[in-house]
Amino acid sequence: MSPETPARPKDAALGTGLGRVLLLVYGIFALSASARALVQISTHFSEAPLAYLLSAFAGLVYISATVGLAIGGARGRLIALVSCSIELIGVLAVGTLSIADAGDFPDDTVWSNFGSGYGYVPLVLPFIGLWWIWRHRP
Amino acid sequence: MNGPLSVATIIAALVLAAWFLLRAALNRPPSNVDLWATLALSALVLVLVVVAVIGLFDGSRPSDTPTFLGYLVTTVAFGPVAFYLARLEPTRWGSLILGVACLVLPVLVLRLQQIAEVTTGVS
Repeated sequence: MSPETPARPKDAALGTGLGRVLLLVYGIFALSASARALVQISTHFSEAPLAYLLSAFAGLVYISATVGLAIGGARGRLIALVSCSIELIGVLAVGTLSIADAGDFPDDTVWSNFGSGYGYVPLVLPFIGLWWIWRHRP
Repeated sequence: MNGPLSVATIIAALVLAAWFLLRAALNRPPSNVDLWATLALSALVLVLVVVAVIGLFDGSRPSDTPTFLGYLVTTVAFGPVAFYLARLEPTRWGSLILGVACLVLPVLVLRLQQIAEVTTGVS
C-alpha cells in the first residue's frame, strides 16, 4: 500500500473497494452462466441434461453471490460466504469430473475443465471472494 | 460485424485496459479523463451495436439470433455499468473496475463476431 491511500476502515462495507470489483465480475458470471443455461435448456435440453442443469445451478450460485455482495451487512456476508463456498466446491468437483469422465459432460458448463473456457477465472474467483469475505469478518 | 469498426473497438478497449490496469497498479483512482475515455469507448460500442442491429434487417441473420441479441444488449450496457461502478469507487479499485471492463469488452465483441459468422439466408 502506498501512502496515498489511508488504511481501509474495519467497518467499511463489503461491497466497496475490491468488493465492488468482485461485484462486477460476479455480475458478469451471473449473467453469462444463467443466459447460457437458459439458451441450452430452452433449445436442446435433451442432449446433455446434467450439464445444462449444472449450468443453471452455477448461474444461480453466481446470482446469489452477486446479491450477497451487493446488499452487504451480516446477511449479505453470509449469503456471499455460502455462495462462494458452493462455487469453490462446484468448480473443483465439476472440473475434476469433466476431466475424469468426459462422457457425462458432452457440452461445456462454466465449471468444466476448471473453467478453462472462461480463462480459468471461475477457478480463481471463489478464492478471491472467500479471502475478501474472510478479511471482512466482523 | 467483422469490419474495421470491430477491430477499432477491440484495439481501443485493449489499450484502455492496459492504461487502467497500470493506473490501478500505481494506486491511482480513475481521473476525469479516464471516465470520459470510458464514455467515449461506450459510444464507440453503441455505434458498433447499432450497425449490427441494422445488419439484422438486410437478409442474412445469425442462425442463433436470440443469443446474438442477448450479447448485443450485454455489450451495449457494459461500458455504462462499468462507468457507474467506477464513479462510486474513487480509489484504485475504480481503476481496476474500468480495466476489467475493458478486458471483457473485446471478448464480447469477438463472441458477437463468432455468432454472426454462422448465418442463415443469403449472405
